Amino acid sequence: MNEKKELRLSIPKEEVLQPGHLACQGCGASLAMRYALKALGRDIIVDIPACCWAVIDGPFPYSATNIPIYHTAFETAAAVASGVTNGLKAIGNDHTTVMAWAGDGGTFDIGIQALSGAAERNDDIIYTVYDNEAYMNTGIQRSSATPHGAWTTTTPVKHYRKGWKKDLDSIMVAHGIPYLATASIAYPEDMIKKYLKAQKIKGTKFIHVYAPCPTGWKSDPAMTIHLAKMVVETNIFPLYEVENGKYKINIKPKNRKPLDEYLAMQGRFKHLPQEEIEYLQRTFDEKWEILLKKEEHFG
Amino acid sequence: MKTVMNGDFAASYGAMTSDVKFVAAYPITPQTLIVEKLSELVADGELDASFVKVESEHSAMAACIGAQAAGIRTFTATSSQGLLLMCEVLHWAARARLPIVLANVNRAVAPGWSIWADAQDSISQRDTGWMQVYAENNQDVYDSILMAYKIAEDNDVLLPMMVNLDAFFLSHTSEVVDLIDNDKAKEFLPAYDPEYKLDPKNPRAFGALTSPEHYFEFTYKMFEAMEVAKKKITQVGKEFGDIFGRYYDMTESYKIDDAETVLVTFGTIAGTAKESVDRLRKEGKKVGNLKIRVFRPFPAEQIIDALKNAKRVVVIDRDYSYGNEGAFYTEIKGALYDANLRIDTYGMIAGLGGRDVSTTVIKEIVEKAETSEPNKTYFIGVKK
Repeated sequence: MNEKKELRLSIPKEEVLQPGHLACQGCGASLAMRYALKALGRDIIVDIPACCWAVIDGPFPYSATNIPIYHTAFETAAAVASGVTNGLKAIGNDHTTVMAWAGDGGTFDIGIQALSGAAERNDDIIYTVYDNEAYMNTGIQRSSATPHGAWTTTTPVKHYRKGWKKDLDSIMVAHGIPYLATASIAYPEDMIKKYLKAQKIKGTKFIHVYAPCPTGWKSDPAMTIHLAKMVVETNIFPLYEVENGKYKINIKPKNRKPLDEYLAMQGRFKHLPQEEIEYLQRTFDEKWEILLKKEEHFG
Repeated sequence: MKTVMNGDFAASYGAMTSDVKFVAAYPITPQTLIVEKLSELVADGELDASFVKVESEHSAMAACIGAQAAGIRTFTATSSQGLLLMCEVLHWAARARLPIVLANVNRAVAPGWSIWADAQDSISQRDTGWMQVYAENNQDVYDSILMAYKIAEDNDVLLPMMVNLDAFFLSHTSEVVDLIDNDKAKEFLPAYDPEYKLDPKNPRAFGALTSPEHYFEFTYKMFEAMEVAKKKITQVGKEFGDIFGRYYDMTESYKIDDAETVLVTFGTIAGTAKESVDRLRKEGKKVGNLKIRVFRPFPAEQIIDALKNAKRVVVIDRDYSYGNEGAFYTEIKGALYDANLRIDTYGMIAGLGGRDVSTTVIKEIVEKAETSEPNKTYFIGVKK
């Protein structure tokens, strides 16, 4: 059969992010920006607080993104974005997308107050947290997004992180924002769809992107995508959306993979005793069940 | 149009007359009347601006930074603890060269909780890169805000400006304020149109990682801008006077030509000091007053010129730099030293935490200077 198949790309071809940025090898955060900008285009203003991306974009006078970038203080990502979006609206600009782009430390910890303020006011911004589960730019210190069991420089092996990653997504849902999504860089089509959807919605959109960090996780840079895929297949980081309070899980693995392999690929977990691994497994399974129930009741 | 209003309202109307397009603010006593009045003006459509009611002063300044960087004229107001919370982002606004204007109601710093007049809040933010004006009365508050935008937005200045007004003595005290017609104001202060801003059509990155190779020059450029600002403040003050009939400068001399004792004051104390000068002169004392209206940039040249013939310089500080002396006192002495003027100086710390500095207190201060050892600091009216 000579049926000519038309190749349909759901990922826009244009690269907004240019080569020459300063990300580490295998950096998940750089791919996150690449996909987000492919979706959002160039009519955009992005503000970046202290985080890896404050470095990745390049030092003065360079910029790898070729879009308006505003570097700002650690805890101000949401507030600066609120200022930009409301300021633009005051002079009649309703078309430019305004995005805050912050790491997990700048979001889960020091920036949560400003983020809560912006979400409560429902300011018209996209807030992205690219989550690499620790303060990576300052040299791998724990944040409240660091998972139970992980090593960081401030949670050394003898005192590895105990306690659960802050459930920021639920906190953001509780603000009643019109749109929240989780995304993983291993699923670019899903991720781009979510950004395109977010861009069309007025109000505060919160996108939580899982972005592996080989430097901080002590993982093979070649395995970044693999890790970002496994985290979804193990139900550690489910891909879902909450649109006006309605939950929708985007990917439901048919056979949930055990998390042993995921943990074994990262030096930050290599000290974990078997009972901790079992505890993690149990808890992630429970959390998945809760999410299923949320979808069932609020779908 | 002449009307009666308190200092907080004068600040709000100052922002409105300046045609600000964006306000972000958080309430704190005694600044609350500013945000309340601005909320009303925006809600009634008298002020065509976006007003973001943020969750903290830190976010107020951060939001102003975002809007101003996008090319929009912004305003905020705060006081005391609120200004202190802003500290980090005050630096940010200045180093980002954003001509934001802020009204700060000078209020004491806790603990103990105090809502009364004291300049410790703004003095502690002296080195953030903001220009600082200290208003003497409500007309000064209103006029200074309009002038602040004109000075701050000048292409060779591009620095933020803080207009300070004393808690309650101005913020909640009603005086006659002559409001400027909007059209006339627009002639004096044209629309904000910065050369560099966040613009998708002309994308730039602002505030990126800066190596030792470049950082130094950014600071040097702020030095240059502050030097230009000194001239602009004088120039704009004169231009304002020529149009509206009220003249302003960085300092204001009152009866100092033949004065042996010159008081150096700022804020509302300057007003009282002038009244005291008149009373003391009736008693035969040759006293004058030098008001420091602008503290940053520091008007050293004008100060030297004003004090060069004095026998005695008496500086009244409503602030104290812990472990040293009043902030104004230190700087006045520095100016005199640079001009090789060895005049007897007296550092008088008075009125902290809102304690009244009346004409009686100022008379005491002058008498204290006449009878005490020079070149020392004295706390006036301390209860033992």
